[in-house]
Amino acid sequence: MRPTFSIICFTVLSGVGYGAWFLLGIGIALHALLCAPLLGSEVAGWACTHPDRLAFCLAVGFIFVSAGLLCSLGHLGQPQRAWRALSQWRSSWLSREGIFAVLTFLPAMALIVRELSTRLTGCPPLSSNATPTFGALLALGSLSTVYCTAHIYSSLKPVRAWRDPRVVPGYLLLSVFGGTLLLWALASRAPTAGWERVLPWMVVGLTGLASGVKVLYWRAIDALPAPDPGNAIGLAALGAVRSFEAPHTEENYLTHEMGFVLARKHARKLRRIALMLAFLVPGLLALSALVLPAIGMPAAWLALASGLAGLFVERWLFFAEAKHAVMAYYAR
Amino acid sequence: MTSLPPPATKKLGLVIDLDTCVGCHACAVACKEWNDGGDFGPLPDADPYGAEPHGVWFNRVHSYAVEPGMGNGESGMGRASLRGTPDAASTIPHSPFPLPGAQALTVHFPRSCLHCETPACVTVCPTGASYKRAEDGIVLVDADKCIGCQLCSWACPYGAREYSAARGTMQKCTLCVDRIYNETLEEIDRQPACVMACPTRARHFGDLGDADSKVSKLVAEREGYALMPEFGYAPVNRYLPPRPRRGGCGDADPVSARESSRSGAEILDPAQLPGVLRWLDRVLSR
Repeated sequence: MRPTFSIICFTVLSGVGYGAWFLLGIGIALHALLCAPLLGSEVAGWACTHPDRLAFCLAVGFIFVSAGLLCSLGHLGQPQRAWRALSQWRSSWLSREGIFAVLTFLPAMALIVRELSTRLTGCPPLSSNATPTFGALLALGSLSTVYCTAHIYSSLKPVRAWRDPRVVPGYLLLSVFGGTLLLWALASRAPTAGWERVLPWMVVGLTGLASGVKVLYWRAIDALPAPDPGNAIGLAALGAVRSFEAPHTEENYLTHEMGFVLARKHARKLRRIALMLAFLVPGLLALSALVLPAIGMPAAWLALASGLAGLFVERWLFFAEAKHAVMAYYAR
Repeated sequence: MTSLPPPATKKLGLVIDLDTCVGCHACAVACKEWNDGGDFGPLPDADPYGAEPHGVWFNRVHSYAVEPGMGNGESGMGRASLRGTPDAASTIPHSPFPLPGAQALTVHFPRSCLHCETPACVTVCPTGASYKRAEDGIVLVDADKCIGCQLCSWACPYGAREYSAARGTMQKCTLCVDRIYNETLEEIDRQPACVMACPTRARHFGDLGDADSKVSKLVAEREGYALMPEFGYAPVNRYLPPRPRRGGCGDADPVSARESSRSGAEILDPAQLPGVLRWLDRVLSR
């Protein structure tokens, strides 16, 4: 499949944004519990003592999510009709994703406005009974949106690689991983007890999990059989079928969109680059930051930069390596 | 509405005879011409007279070589060139695949929308632009609703949908819905353009939901098959497989072989005859 820049930007950027929103949503939902004197400051101390930072993090997540969604519009031939995509939620994962994306903005906006207004008016933050509910809705909406994004791809039977059972968990893990990197970078700007220690541990754990899922995915798609023209035209029983003349001399939409071979030629190198940038470098940086808290801030920002670059390579490969069944008609 | 309608009794579709298709592309050209000016057109081309013409066609004709008895992955070309001169036992001396005792087969394969009964291209559509008609099962795209996300083309394993960059929307075979119900046309002309154009009558149009229709009987008689049923999209169109090939020089004709053995007739080695007489022998042996 052709790796389209707009879709890669969309899935990576909005994935990171939703991952951050998911973690913040959970944090806010559990805020009452975590900031209670008993369990208190160790886990959520940063969010408890710096409520204005919370609004800032939500806003940065908002920028990532919105930038990603705007990129996705770039993929459309008729972007001015994008609103129509919200109508077919009964059958279409793309439509469901659009609906969850729009709905998730509501609790996010409510929380951002609430945090800003409490900051301006000086009232104690997060005092309302509705706030934990908004947090829970934000976490749920973010998770659901990424889940739907993953299902857009995993529901496509003609793309065998995407039918792999690791596609959906992979999307969810990488989204939360990206969100963790983003929050770690933001939290490292104002180190207080709590998050700047919890987040690197999460980065370490998630790099292990996510890289494991990706390696297993790559191993599985390498084992998939090559497309067979005999099966495609239904005459495999007669013998070996070989295309000796394509229907067109030049490239057409199908061969352009679904006959992308560059990635598979360089798959090994690109996979190594993705693993290193996305997982190895951020993981090592997180470990160093845990050992040497003084380097926390540069480590966190470097990890975010490397992680984002790695996720872009990973996502490029996700599209570029996947083979579409229709190419069997063109297989020689 | 991209949810599928309840299963209809009427299933309009095509039956394509791979035995008689000669790969002339007349169906593809006739389709392009009709639909460029039809209700679902235009089908604009980029660089139509330049070095790299590019545009939407609803119908594409592939050409395949089928090499009997060979495992996948071997082309047979290497073997042919190694052998140098054609084998005397070869039944097609000038074929690039001189396999003794068996003939390589050329199959021309027109590929277009199969108007599936449960098409994923319809259900993945987020806008309702892709739909399956409840009354006759034709799968269509409403160009006024399509946002050009191209997800439907990804969902189709048959490559039936092509995106028009010029129009920003997806396009596909309409089964010439603007012809087959068009009362301004003579009744005999109310068939898809590809069917009308086919010089070998390799394309047939009709109701495959009606077991008594001409096309259904043809499918039953010739053991027509659906493409890649494993996807579960239940294509309506059927392909008729190539008929078994006659052996070279009539030697595989069971009737004449039986007759000659019964009467104890002389055995003619057609390979010894000059070209014209060999041809005459073949024609008379039919």
